[in-house]
Amino acid sequence: MVLEVKKLSKSFGGLKVIDDLSFGVARGERLALIGPNGAGKTTVFNLISGVYAPDAGSIALEATDITALPSRFRIRRGLARTFQNIRLMPHLTVLENVMIAQYARTPGVAALLQPVGFGRANRWREEARAALAEAGLERYASEPGGALPYGIQKRIELVRALLAAPRVLLLDEPAAGLNPAETEALHQALDAIAQRGITLVVVEHDMQFVGRLCQRVVALNFGVKIADCAVGEIHADRRVREAYLGADELAA
Amino acid sequence: MSGYLESVLVLLCINTVLAYGAFLPMVAGQLNLGVAAFVAIGAYSGGYLSQTYNIHPVFAALAAVVVAGFIGWLVAFPILRTRGIYLALATFALNQVVQGVILNLNVVGGASGYPVSAHIGFPVVAAFAVAVVVLMVGLFHTRFGISVTAVSDDERVADLMGLSVRGLQTAAFAMGAALAALGGALYAHHFNYIEAQNYGVLFSIYVVLYVLLGGTQTVYGPLVGAAVFTLLPELLRGSASWRYVIFACLIIAIMSLRPQGVLLRKSWFSR
Repeated sequence: MVLEVKKLSKSFGGLKVIDDLSFGVARGERLALIGPNGAGKTTVFNLISGVYAPDAGSIALEATDITALPSRFRIRRGLARTFQNIRLMPHLTVLENVMIAQYARTPGVAALLQPVGFGRANRWREEARAALAEAGLERYASEPGGALPYGIQKRIELVRALLAAPRVLLLDEPAAGLNPAETEALHQALDAIAQRGITLVVVEHDMQFVGRLCQRVVALNFGVKIADCAVGEIHADRRVREAYLGADELAA
Repeated sequence: MSGYLESVLVLLCINTVLAYGAFLPMVAGQLNLGVAAFVAIGAYSGGYLSQTYNIHPVFAALAAVVVAGFIGWLVAFPILRTRGIYLALATFALNQVVQGVILNLNVVGGASGYPVSAHIGFPVVAAFAVAVVVLMVGLFHTRFGISVTAVSDDERVADLMGLSVRGLQTAAFAMGAALAALGGALYAHHFNYIEAQNYGVLFSIYVVLYVLLGGTQTVYGPLVGAAVFTLLPELLRGSASWRYVIFACLIIAIMSLRPQGVLLRKSWFSR
């Protein structure tokens, strides 16, 4: 298991948002995390990436316990994520935005003081530019991060996460708000990423997208795991159908 | 060079150094209204070292930089727990405390001021100012520049990208304190007399205004701001009693034309 979550629980006030959740992701696997709104999917990402500390349970990355590891060290160990609401830095250009993530690969004061801004062909700047070009985004390189269309910003966020050279990538609703053409482009990009051996964990509502991209599905409802199966079997799962449609609808 | 021109240039150099002292925390998202506290710490500790221990004034100034940097680093821990307007208030309070302490320290003259006999001439002051500008331009071509901007834009994402948010904020604050102290120590040794009364919050606000006028978006902003605030009143000397009225009107005009500061940027790396 490259990522393993065991008996994870988290409450906010009196509300139990995640309840005794366990699942594992094998290296190179593509796992989808699904569930109705408010099921706790983004909370799971926030727990894994260290935004919140869990009340109980443990998180292991490549067989190392990272439950108590401060969040900034997790990306340095190869765990990167994107955000449900895009969060590019508005006062940095697109190029600078994606360059931020490179730091996770060579952290430390010496790397912080590397002169990345001088010279025509700085290695880090060239790498970031090439990554943008590969995603077809090179022409936005010197635009400010916050002013671009939604679909473009989503793709930039993905490039940023990749420049941290992650081995596990958490994607929070990557296809939300994209038009069909953009969704298709995203699908191809993620396919290519998975080909490179990067493990993907995806929170997504678009089941068609999930069906094409992922092999396995973990379904949550009110913070409890209600299904963990191959992607082809999820539609037949009674508890998943109940969670999405309601028990009465199914009985009728 | 005439004495008048030289003293204007000395002020320009010192104000430039001070402006960078306010610029560093501001780029990291901190409105530091305690700049004058560190100017005073620099002026008094530098002055005290050269006066009492007969240390060469240049070394005394460098020692003052270290002292103020250390004090800045220490007070950054409680002060950076606050955010936004409360951070401005905390630094305001720091300014009052430091000023109050110095006014009551008889060993440096208390309220009657402190004469410093060792002298630093214009060439050395200018060399320090040039060094500071070069150092800052260099610094903002490293990862530091984009990293502190990221921290000021979105602390959570900066943290998840692997940046040490607290470390960068503390570094920006402490380095700003060190530069402010350098300006203070240079002033003390060039003009040979310092008074704690001068280093009030109004002084801090002035330095912050240099930065706001020049713009926080490029590393050259503080240089332009300090130049405008230092040279413009001198150029208006001809009109005697009205010059500060005209000066104020010009500042308002500049700020309404360029609310983000005189210099804007697209990128830290390329203009």
